[in-house]
This record gives sequence, structure tokens and C-alpha cells, in this order.
Amino acid sequence: MKVSKISKEQKKEEIVKTACKLFAKNGYYNTTIPDIAEALGMSVGNLYNYFKSKEELAKYIMQYSSKLLGEEIRNINEMDLPTKEKIFLLVKRFIEIAEENPELIDYFLRVFLSNREVFSKGCEGFLCVQEVVTEIMLFLEEGVKKGDLRNQDLFTAFVTIMGPLGGLVFLKGENILMDNPLKYSEELAENIWRALKA
Amino acid sequence: MKTLLWIQGLTCNGNTHSLLNAENPSFYDIFSKIKLLFHPAISSDEDLIKIIKDITQNKISLTFLVVEGSITKNKSFCRVGDFSIAEIIDQLKDKAEFIIAVGNCASFGNIPALYKENTNVVGLQYIFTEKKGLLPPNFKTKSGYPVINISGCPIHPAWFMQTILALYYEKPLILDAFNRPKEIYMYLPHDGCIRNEYFEWKEESEEFGHKEGCLFYNLGCKGPLTHAPCNKILWNRTSSKTRAGMPCLGCTEFNFPLRENYFETKKNIGIPEEVPLGVSKRAYITISGVAKSLRNERVKKKLEETD
Repeated sequence: MKVSKISKEQKKEEIVKTACKLFAKNGYYNTTIPDIAEALGMSVGNLYNYFKSKEELAKYIMQYSSKLLGEEIRNINEMDLPTKEKIFLLVKRFIEIAEENPELIDYFLRVFLSNREVFSKGCEGFLCVQEVVTEIMLFLEEGVKKGDLRNQDLFTAFVTIMGPLGGLVFLKGENILMDNPLKYSEELAENIWRALKA
Repeated sequence: MKTLLWIQGLTCNGNTHSLLNAENPSFYDIFSKIKLLFHPAISSDEDLIKIIKDITQNKISLTFLVVEGSITKNKSFCRVGDFSIAEIIDQLKDKAEFIIAVGNCASFGNIPALYKENTNVVGLQYIFTEKKGLLPPNFKTKSGYPVINISGCPIHPAWFMQTILALYYEKPLILDAFNRPKEIYMYLPHDGCIRNEYFEWKEESEEFGHKEGCLFYNLGCKGPLTHAPCNKILWNRTSSKTRAGMPCLGCTEFNFPLRENYFETKKNIGIPEEVPLGVSKRAYITISGVAKSLRNERVKKKLEETD
């Protein structure tokens, strides 16, 4: 019983990665469940065993990505380090994850942000990205509490971190960057630190 | 007959006022069962110094020594005859079956312990969080109990009466980490707060006195962080602060007067620095975000306008 559950989770992961690539490449509406099934080498009927609809799959991908990134930020949050060092780690780790899983970031930029109607029920507001948002909020709160970061509105602080990260990955996706994204990591972290510090 | 002696240190008399407001049993009921040896606001003919002497000479047995107010050794701040309040307690501490601190002053020092002019003001066994009050940390009365703290600024009369009755009938009292009767202080004002629906959905009140909205996020309410049954045992059997639209100030807690800005919730980057007891900050943020995302339309309306 346990073995089949694990393998079902693994299969879901495989579906997520493939679907994610197709959605990001061809667009949400131009990608069908048969397209995804074909790319995976599985039957359409079998794919429906995992996800009842394309919409459910689309939302699951967001939740999956949020959990993955949220766990990484949580690890950083739990480290006993000054806030400045944590910002440098956070930026570096975000860019590394984007390099390791480009399809997830592409999906976020090209599907989640562009096809909001798909996500309006069940993925609205906080619901599909709660792990990432929670961890960033905790990160900021602790920084302010320690006196390292300036106390300000949550949303301005939040986008001061997430905006530049998304922007860099977007530029990479557009093939505009001259260098490997990781080369920009330290300077970007320095900018974020200067913008947020007390 | 069991006896009770009520003495006062540095106090505003708030707990005495509460005592007079007691019901079931009332002030008269309880003192028909227990002999009231002396109360500073009520006794006129009795000689307190003589009563104390008789107790120390074992001519009178003392069941309950009730102390209201903070304790100081400094006679220019508080004296009873020629003695400081600390000296009086020193004389009586081994004679009483039970010592009961009524109110936050006697329990934890409270506002008088913040005096800059007299740095020697403490509670009976605590000074705020520390067990460094007048009596030693391991002090116990003849009955085996430490000082029993009935905290609050002031106490609700029922909290006192329930405690006295339990001890009168020799029922065991379980005490919490701050020596308060668990039966009373295991509740939070959040329990029974009629604004809980607003708390659940993170719909916040911006003003005092409104019927709608939770007072936690903007107005400094300590209801989810304070041990007190204020919404279970109502005041005057009628209401409570939070029911009336006034934030809980956390007046039963050891750290009650140490905070600043009682009507403001300290926030870092929009997140309350202190979150409700029992949840981590991570859990609080997640559940708040989810509750806001799901939007309960009912709690966004004035109550009169709801279906």
C-alpha cells in the first residue's frame, strides 16, 4: 500500500514537470490533456487517474512549486545567521532553484501570472502560494524584530524581495542576460539588503 | 470557625471593591461561614495590631491571610502601625493555613513595582516573571500551598469566592505555573469572546465600541494571550471588555504593566509580534492568509445588515 502511494507521488511529480514545460512553452489553452499524456507516454485515461481536469493539474503545479520553494526558504529562515547573510543566501538559492527547475519558474511567469482566470477558484489570493508567502513574511518579520530591517508595510517589503528575483529569471527566460544568472546573485542581494535594511 | 484576615500593601482598593460586589456567595454569605478578623475598609472597632499580636501568640488561629496590594519594606510608602507591610507579613506568614494574594499587585508587584522612587516593591512571591518576591521561592504555608495568586487588575469577585470556597471545603486546588488556580486561569478571554467569528476570518475592528470586528490585530487586544475567564464568568453577570468593544489589556498576567501602548498591537512588517497562545507564527500567518483569501462576506457587514 505504502509503496504504491510513493510511486503515485513520483508519477505525479513526473506529470507536473512535463505538463509544466508544455504549458509554459505552448500556453495553457493550447495545451491539452492528450498532449500531456502523449509527452509522458501514458494514456489519457490513466492521466485522468491522477488529475481530474486540466484546471486541477494547473493548480496542483502551483501548489507543488510553492511547497518546493517554501521548504528552501524555511531552511534559510531556520538558520542562525544575520539577516544580511540570509538575504544573500535567499537570492542565491532562488536563482539556483530557477536554474534547476526552469520549467517551474517559466510556468509561474507565463501561465500563473498570465491566465489568472484559471486560478481564480481555489487558487486565489494566498491559497496556492501560501508556503512561499508565509516563509517570506516570517523572514521579514524576524529581520524587523531583530532591528536589521526597516519596519514598513508588508507588501512593499515583499515585492522588494520577490520583484527583483522574478525580474532576473524573466530576463534569463528572454535570453537577454549576458552572464549566467548566478553571477548577478551577490549584487542583486546587495541591492535588496540596501533597500530593506534599517 | 475558620478565620480570614485581609491586609493591604500598596493598593488602589480595586480588589476590595470587587469583594463587595461578590454574589453566590455574597460578601455577607461568605463571612457568615468564615470569621472576618479584619478588613481595612470595613472593620472600624477592631484593633488590627492587637489581632496580629494575638495571631502571633497563637491566641487566634488564622486560616486565610489575604493580601491586597504590593509589598514594600519601606515604611514611608506603606505602614501598618509601626510596621512596614513586609514586617506584618513576616510575622504572619507561618501562622496562616493559606496565604492568598488578591490582584496583580500582591501577586506580581504590578504598577507600584514600577515606582522609580522606591525600587523595593514586590509581590508576595513574585516580582513580575521572577520568583523573587518578598517570600522565598520555595515558601509554603502550613497547608503545603505556596502563596495562591488570584491575579487581575482588579480580580473578579467570583474568582476569589470560588478559591475561598474550594479551600474552605478542603478541595484540592491545582495551580498553574504562576501559582494561580488552574480552574479559573486555564481559560483565555478569547474563550467565549463573542467576536471569535471576526477573529477566525481576520476581520479587524478599527474603532473601540463597535459591535463588529476583532480587536486583536489593530487595537492591542490580549484576549488570545491572557489567562482569565472574563468571557466565561462575565462582569456583573452582564458583559466583558471585549464584548463591549474594548480590548483585553492582559491584566491577569505577570507582565501586565510592562507593555507600552495598550491600544496598539505591536507589529513587525504588518505581522503581530505576539501571536495567540498555542500556534507558531508560521501557522498564524498561514491561517490568516487563507482566512482572508476565502473571504467571508458576512463578517464584512454591519451586524444589522447581515441575514
